[in-house]
Amino acid sequence: MSDTILVWLDTILQGLLLGGLYALYATGLSLIFGIMRLVNLAHGDLIVAAAFLILALAEHAGINTVVAFIISLPVMFAAGYALQRWLLNRTLGEDILPPLLVTFGLSIVIQNALLQGFSADTRRLPLGSISGVSVPLGGGIAAGVMPLLSLFAAVAVVFALNQLSYRTRLGRAMRATSDDAETAQLMGIDNARIYAVAMGLALMVCAVAAFFLGSRSTFDPTTGPARLIYAFEAVIIGGLGSLWGTLAGGIVVGIAQTIGARINPEWQILAGHLAFLVVLVFKPRGFFPRAFD
Amino acid sequence: MALFETRELTAFYGDFQALFGITTTIDAGEVVAIIGANGAGKSTFLKACAGLLRSRPGSIFFDGADISGERAYDNVTRGLVLVPEGRKLFPSLSVEENLMVGGHRRRGRWTLKRIYELFPILAERRHQPATTLSGGQQQMCAIGRGLMADPRLLLCDEISLGLAPIVIRDIYAALPAIKAEGTAIGIVEQDIVQALAVADRVYCFQEGHMKLTGRPSELTREAIHSAYFGT
Amino acid sequence: MAGPTFLRTHATAFRIAGMAIVAALLVAAPAFASRAAMQDLFFVFTLLALAQYWNLLAGYAGLVSVGQQAFVGVGAYALFAAALILGWDPLIGILLGGVAAALVAVPSALLVFRLRGAYFAIGTWVVAEVCRLVLAQVKALGGGTGTSLGPEITNHMFGAKWIAGLFGVRAPAAREIEVYWLALTLLIGTLGLIYLLLRSRRGLALAAIRDSETAAVSLGVDSFRARLTIYVVAAFGTGMVGALIYLQKARVSPEAGFSVLDWTAYVIFIVVIGGIGTIEGPIVGAIVLYFLQDYLAAFGTWYLIALGTLAAAVMLVAPRGIWGYFAERFDLQIFPLRRRLLAKADAASVTGSDAPST
Repeated sequence: MSDTILVWLDTILQGLLLGGLYALYATGLSLIFGIMRLVNLAHGDLIVAAAFLILALAEHAGINTVVAFIISLPVMFAAGYALQRWLLNRTLGEDILPPLLVTFGLSIVIQNALLQGFSADTRRLPLGSISGVSVPLGGGIAAGVMPLLSLFAAVAVVFALNQLSYRTRLGRAMRATSDDAETAQLMGIDNARIYAVAMGLALMVCAVAAFFLGSRSTFDPTTGPARLIYAFEAVIIGGLGSLWGTLAGGIVVGIAQTIGARINPEWQILAGHLAFLVVLVFKPRGFFPRAFD
Repeated sequence: MALFETRELTAFYGDFQALFGITTTIDAGEVVAIIGANGAGKSTFLKACAGLLRSRPGSIFFDGADISGERAYDNVTRGLVLVPEGRKLFPSLSVEENLMVGGHRRRGRWTLKRIYELFPILAERRHQPATTLSGGQQQMCAIGRGLMADPRLLLCDEISLGLAPIVIRDIYAALPAIKAEGTAIGIVEQDIVQALAVADRVYCFQEGHMKLTGRPSELTREAIHSAYFGT
Repeated sequence: MAGPTFLRTHATAFRIAGMAIVAALLVAAPAFASRAAMQDLFFVFTLLALAQYWNLLAGYAGLVSVGQQAFVGVGAYALFAAALILGWDPLIGILLGGVAAALVAVPSALLVFRLRGAYFAIGTWVVAEVCRLVLAQVKALGGGTGTSLGPEITNHMFGAKWIAGLFGVRAPAAREIEVYWLALTLLIGTLGLIYLLLRSRRGLALAAIRDSETAAVSLGVDSFRARLTIYVVAAFGTGMVGALIYLQKARVSPEAGFSVLDWTAYVIFIVVIGGIGTIEGPIVGAIVLYFLQDYLAAFGTWYLIALGTLAAAVMLVAPRGIWGYFAERFDLQIFPLRRRLLAKADAASVTGSDAPST
């Protein structure tokens, strides 16, 4: 194979793997929007907060990072449940301003609380030697283990959420509530609880995203907003209402960014934004709008 | 003691008063019909009974207990079930899933099997999205969904709305089977003839007031007419 | 259809007199205020103007943007480009800043108007990021590190000499005074423009769209054009203010000019805490922010945590903000926008409020 083709194959592969991470950022956002039409502007900051949680557990409690990650899952669920139950449920309603402005305020609070607690230094999650390991795929192309795992995780998370949605009593209740919250009440479903559980699940996914974010690159208290934007772009490109679509959207953003980076490293993020804007022009509803998984 | 009672029930939508002191009772095993013109407050009444609207303490009683402040999702556990106006099936769910979600919080004597026996057409289409059914089939699904919660009182809001007479007849044909389980039924009906045919007792609403009540046999056409339209 | 009539009362006369006095004092301020005080006032004027435009978008048109920093940055860069590359006077640069922002606003509106609600908000943020990233590539304007305006440009602004003579001060001080007056002018212009806009038919149309878009559209209101107009007007104003802000700083960089915190977060906090959807609200909010800043800025992150919490709390507990709360309680208005319906010629009037009920 010629060198150029190999280079571009490698670019696409790296984009695919990066897209897996972006899909992880986006899945929680997509889930919440699907169920309660809420967009949490603090979403990216919650991912970063989860990363700091894992870091704190790993460094201060001296636990293995993977174990810290596993511990962070129920903690993030509880945090999401509480956040929704006692704060964000109050913002739901006809008016679009309260959820937007409250979550915006929340975003600023989280960023600054993290700055206060952890300082502005960039961090990584300590993972030992595995973070450097690559799997050779032939032709000189290699895929990092952690990036590969993040792609698998993204697929696994979407698969698991869909199974939950379509094969369980809870999932049925969630879909019913998302369709028609008032009628769902007539079935004995407490909307407030369902929304809280959904947010708990979303924050668990954020914890997964945080683990892979911290293992592949650095983070600091201000990296939240950029994650939110990538997540948002993935959701819009994929199409509102479909988790597999969101996964695809994440991959599109990832590949756009790596292609941009290949042309000029300074253009990586801009390339992602431009891809998003192009999709917005030609396919404003995304590629898989409201597709039933 | 009546299974279900309202005492001077009032309801507001913002500043607009929809119900003015409604007092009713429903006994176990009875079929009670609520008739009245559009805007008379019939649907509002059912919503208030079910717990979708907040009511003042001392307005609604079930089994002698004051349930005025209870929310709809808790009333289901007592066996107080509302089949809402317009069917309101869940579009994202199949027919069978709609039925199953009806039994989300409470289940009992009505199983999927028995509901399919009552409404065979639903069994044929169990895996289709619920909103692809015809109007009458959707109504059957909605009733079946309500039955899954094993109601002691089943409130049905305008189940004949928009349906052809022959379809209405099929749906009402299911009522005796429901009644046979000892379930009390409250139906809001625009079709007076149908209402009088199935009901043990009738309440007639007009502009938020309860104007007339009695057994169908006791009520004259003139009395119903003037209560319905006002004079 | 009988139209509503506007009743002139003594209240109006008091309002106008009061505003005139305040304005006169502010205009005369350079004669007696310290440089520090003028700089503080400059900060308040410019932030308040930005807040008014954001409020116009969000409170009146229902377009919640978290990307208005795009226009601040574009306006600033336009001024710097005009001054450094074309050699134009910075005063023209301010106007150019507005024009440049408006030119960017049109295509960006076509993009972001495809999104709704919160997605619209993030979309505006993406547009701002794109502007930032693109301008960071322009080496002629300093690339990623930005560029400055030297005193040879700023001291020779049109009018600077005259001011130096008038107050008997040297060039840098004259520049400060001129910039202060420009800020005051822009603010007064902004308040006037927004007031007139909202009193006009356009304003009624806006309120209708915000309250119920489907109903408004069915009555013939062109929702898209109305929203586009507001968006471009807000961009124009924001661009001019942005140009002025960075003229005063004399230094711009992509990160500063497009800062979400400085040009969106603080703006949002001002409007939310002061009172969204009114002209008076942001004024109250700006005053609150000014005092908070004075006392708390030293505490850095805690200050921002407090602001964020306060904004969220206000949104939940008193969604109309400080001004909104008191205005409802005591039926106050400084900028009369509610139209009064009169029953016959009675003094007892029923207010046909533009605020939505329920």
